[in-house]
Amino acid sequence: MNKFLGYLIVLALALAAPLVIYPVFLMKLLCFALFASAFNLILGYGGLLSFGHAAFFGGAAYISGHALKVWGLPTELGILVGALSAGVLGLAIGTLAIRRQGIYFAMITLAMAQMAYFVFISSPFTGGENGLQGVPRGTALGLIDLTNDRAMYYFVLAICLAGFLLIARAVHSPFGQVLSAIRDNEDRARSLGYDIERYKLLAFVLSATLAGLAGATKTVVFQLASLTDAHWHMSGEVVLMTLLGGLGTIAGPAVGAGIIVTLQNYLASGPLAAWVPVVLGVIFVTCVLSFRRGVVGELREFLRRSF
Amino acid sequence: MKLFKKLAASASVLAMLASGASAEISDGVVKIGLLTDMSGTYSDVAGPGTITAAEMAIEEFGGTVAGAPIELVSADHQNKADISANKARQWGDTEQVDAFAELVTTSVAMAVFEVAKQQNKIALVSGAASSPLTNDACIPTGLHWTYNTRALGVGTGSAVVAEGGDSWFFLTADYAFGEALQNDVSKVVEAAGGKVLGSVKHPFPASDFSSFMLQAQASGAKVIGLANAGGDTINAIKAAKEFGIVEAGQKIAGLLVFLSDVHALGLDTAQGLQMTVSFYWDMNDETREWSRRFFEKTGKMPTGIQAGTYSSVRHYLKAIEATGSDDTDTVVAKMREMPVEDMFAHGGVLRTDGRMVHDMYLAEVKSPADSSGPWDYLKIVRTIPGEEAFGPLSESTCPTK
Repeated sequence: MNKFLGYLIVLALALAAPLVIYPVFLMKLLCFALFASAFNLILGYGGLLSFGHAAFFGGAAYISGHALKVWGLPTELGILVGALSAGVLGLAIGTLAIRRQGIYFAMITLAMAQMAYFVFISSPFTGGENGLQGVPRGTALGLIDLTNDRAMYYFVLAICLAGFLLIARAVHSPFGQVLSAIRDNEDRARSLGYDIERYKLLAFVLSATLAGLAGATKTVVFQLASLTDAHWHMSGEVVLMTLLGGLGTIAGPAVGAGIIVTLQNYLASGPLAAWVPVVLGVIFVTCVLSFRRGVVGELREFLRRSF
Repeated sequence: MKLFKKLAASASVLAMLASGASAEISDGVVKIGLLTDMSGTYSDVAGPGTITAAEMAIEEFGGTVAGAPIELVSADHQNKADISANKARQWGDTEQVDAFAELVTTSVAMAVFEVAKQQNKIALVSGAASSPLTNDACIPTGLHWTYNTRALGVGTGSAVVAEGGDSWFFLTADYAFGEALQNDVSKVVEAAGGKVLGSVKHPFPASDFSSFMLQAQASGAKVIGLANAGGDTINAIKAAKEFGIVEAGQKIAGLLVFLSDVHALGLDTAQGLQMTVSFYWDMNDETREWSRRFFEKTGKMPTGIQAGTYSSVRHYLKAIEATGSDDTDTVVAKMREMPVEDMFAHGGVLRTDGRMVHDMYLAEVKSPADSSGPWDYLKIVRTIPGEEAFGPLSESTCPTK
């Protein structure tokens, strides 16, 4: 009951937010929250540290941008095409990568993502260094004009909520339980008869697809896709968001994404403008050294101990 | 709201009738939003220095224009197009910013162009280099001030051939930008009677240039053209120094090199390098006087991008002063009508494709013996007339020109 009330309050806040806060900023926040949550699905629940998630985020951004701008698909379909293509890319990279564990897994995903990055920088359709610009926002369901920032916000909110719900459902399903079991003790899970490769691969593909959904939505919001989205910095940033918010918690990655995006945005025009990377670095070091469970993880622990 | 606007409009009409030419400044303030790279790769060539330069332009007006205060806001775009688009949109929507300035990195400039087009604001581009900004990607209110890749490549290409460097070998960064630059310059070299002996592509970014430099050396070309930028250019020049390429008689032509790169490399390494610049501090009394003031504030001599930011902001404010309005279309029309006349450009012309055409300069890096001290780095070899550097308007593929 309490939990239900909590969700209602969050939903009400999300619905009312654009009245107070600039909607484009909120949309960016939502996209990154979804991206980090998708990443958390395999790192927090599957124990797989992927260092190549930017390939899915950026790849979907480019493909949906191309689909909307050049093929002229309707907005929803363009986003869907982007997300699905990220899923296919996830299947290809995942099939190779899940055969290895730990640092080798991270290195393979990083290497694959760098290859994808190279394809993006040298293909003519991405515009290389200049990025893919001027993607039309179009209309939602052919009815609602998305050039209006408010309308766009609710459209993005709906997409991201669907993404969050899917993740929460997956985590709390038997599938999620098996995934956690594999994370905690792979050999024992295998001895119980679970085909752990299948589970890992499914989690990886799901995570890639949702990361792609976030990237594709972001393209529509900003009307552009650029190399930043596919660069390995982005893969690092999403790790930072997840760890900062709280690994293996449902709300953690969203909170972490909120913190990072807000800092990037608001520090940019203050006296600390030249120091944004340094500030983020200091926060990360502090987080890893003193509150390892992340913001949400520590909060949960504190509540558990106090009550 | 509408009523208020009407009231304000009629009030301003009354005021105009009363005083002849009073201000018609929206929101009572002229606000310029400057987006630049404060912490990354381009923070030396653009960065904090461009804010100083814009402030210097504003100071010249005593902080007010047409009776309204001038305000400058700035932000670090971290070289990310999405942060720039977000910031620019927010400035335009909620903070009454009238013009965006600087915008280093093409992806940033293009993202802001999209916002400027939708909000009908002015974009004064100084730092971004790509020629498409005034070709396929142009917008009616996007003004490209300092330079572009065509001017740099073409300027250096034709000038070097004219100086006797008629056989070329290219070191090209292996991505769209490098290839485009190489093609542009090859065309010019061939048109000027030179020939291209070959080229080698290097990965982007690269740190070890020895094998590429050896290939370039073995080609026997008189000139080695560096169709790359930033760290790659610096590393390539260092490798050239290691192999004694300049001492052996071959020349290096940098197609995208800035004064701050020369400062970082040192004269010993960079000497003999030929490059095209939009501005050099030690050209005449005017540039020296301005640059000295800039130096006092920042401890560095200005790059072309910084001087260009000053010039673009100043010209924008001059147009507001002349028209008494900050309405986008009025101001742009006035900016086109008035020649750009300041220490950066003389008789500069703002074309309908958004290109500001002004003279560029072919420069050669001095040897340590010729240099009288810090920042005395370049010797201007030739002035490249604006039309030659930027090409005629008829060549522009801008659809709204």
